[in-house]
Amino acid sequence: MAITREDVLHVAKLARLEIPEAEIDGVRDQLGAILEAVGKVGELDLSDVEPTSHPLDLVNVWGEDEPRPSLPREEALKNAPDPADGAFRVPAVGQ
Amino acid sequence: MIDTLRLTAEEAAGLLERGEVSGKDLARAYTEAIEARDDEVHAYLRVTGESGEGVPIALKDCITTKGVETTAGSRILEGYVPVFDSTVAARCKEAGLPLLGKTNMDEFAMGSSTENSAFGPSRNPWDPERVPGGSSGGSAAAVAAGLAPWALGSDTGGSIKQPAALCGVVGLRPTYGTVSRYGIVAFASSLDQVGPITKTIRDNALLYRLIGGRDPCDSTTVELSEPVAIPDAEDLKGVRIGIPKELNETEGIAPGVSEVVQASIRLAEELGAEVGETRLPRSVEYGLSCYYLIAPAEASSNLARYDGVRYGHRAEVDGDLTALYERTRWEGFGAEPKRRIMLGTYALSAGYYEAYYGQAQKVRTVIKDEFAAAFEDFDVLVSPTSPTVAFKIGEKAENPLAMYLSDVLTIPPNMAGLPGLSIPCGLSEGLPVGLQLIGPQFSENLLFRVGHALERVLGFDYVPERLR
Repeated sequence: MAITREDVLHVAKLARLEIPEAEIDGVRDQLGAILEAVGKVGELDLSDVEPTSHPLDLVNVWGEDEPRPSLPREEALKNAPDPADGAFRVPAVGQ
Repeated sequence: MIDTLRLTAEEAAGLLERGEVSGKDLARAYTEAIEARDDEVHAYLRVTGESGEGVPIALKDCITTKGVETTAGSRILEGYVPVFDSTVAARCKEAGLPLLGKTNMDEFAMGSSTENSAFGPSRNPWDPERVPGGSSGGSAAAVAAGLAPWALGSDTGGSIKQPAALCGVVGLRPTYGTVSRYGIVAFASSLDQVGPITKTIRDNALLYRLIGGRDPCDSTTVELSEPVAIPDAEDLKGVRIGIPKELNETEGIAPGVSEVVQASIRLAEELGAEVGETRLPRSVEYGLSCYYLIAPAEASSNLARYDGVRYGHRAEVDGDLTALYERTRWEGFGAEPKRRIMLGTYALSAGYYEAYYGQAQKVRTVIKDEFAAAFEDFDVLVSPTSPTVAFKIGEKAENPLAMYLSDVLTIPPNMAGLPGLSIPCGLSEGLPVGLQLIGPQFSENLLFRVGHALERVLGFDYVPERLR
């Protein structure tokens, strides 16, 4: 199943990546080659097999609901590219 | 005069304990070695050169260190100075191990050579024209070149075992869940594990003992089922060693690598081990494809956090918040993370989820079951760690699929959450070959025992020939 330019643009949009026009074809070819290789998993009939999402059989690890000190505001903002008024400043949402 | 090329961490601890060397002199010996040799090796991204009471340590740069820049080899985290310690860094600190520095790695641990580091590749101390392996190549190169007595790396598809093999040192990927991932820059959360890279098996066990065990900050961790035993066994009586045919004969394993591995299996037999053949037919054939769906899928979710808002790189844009996200991420990530984010996003997207991600999760069950069946007859499984010795810098850089094959032998046990120990077992073409020992979950003590007994009879000299 060949991957198209439209697929690349769709995936880039979902992944929030601003892909430049000049790179779309190159990315399409690379992703296409990798998908063709990994598509090998489809050769197996595994309709009766349960999926594994985690290597250990752990269920419900509970912890006490105890308040603990959290990061002070000024610490949390230390690495912010644009802190303002004790918060993270961002451009307008949707223009 | 401290010979950092030769000195093991255990010996260094002895020198400190007996008061023959001060912590300050010990740390200075390493910082001097770094000054002398790291221009060539480039094992470190930054050197902190702390000194203290214990044996100093180098940490891979995806391990969060409070007050010390942590980039995971990425431009998107350049300048990021964490305000907290990862659990493993905190445990090293509590044990009195001063931090020598942060080591180079493939960006976000995605790669097998360190060539994907945004800050330039590290070089193999055995031959600087060659890669040290990856993604923990900086940690492996640092230990091999005497620039750190021991180090921590992280392993998702083989990122501890493979560089350890290529640099002629010992690397343990512990059982999933035995070492905390709190504060480890996440790549693929169902696979990522931190582990020790050392000159000897005993050093490895000592460091694993220090970092392992349950952590309330990481609910996927468990308590070790038994205390870590520092190995001293000399024989392998009663140990059943299985040779999975596919893991030893798959296409692409260099004949020189096979020869050295087979010779060490014969040594194991001489030490009293029972050796036999076993099969992992689908794990090896489908393991790589399974991994390159599951790991990128998890990565695409984990790397969504890099948005230019709270920390890290932020692009200059005129547009709205979405434009800020999109440009920040395109500028900040290198080619390999972008490739894997898109691959993972595709594998998880509507219409493709079942055929790719869902199917890969089922293959993961098949792999788990195949290993479980092999462990009914054998205690330990062996294979080469890497199909080849260290390759030349640039040789695979332009071909992602060729690079991915570097991990074809380490990926299958990782998918099953199994521990794996790579030990140097000889030279081929003058370069180190690694032997991969795989055990059932929580069998680290057995792996250390087998590794130690073999290490004694192999007599591998971990100091690179050109530096002796």
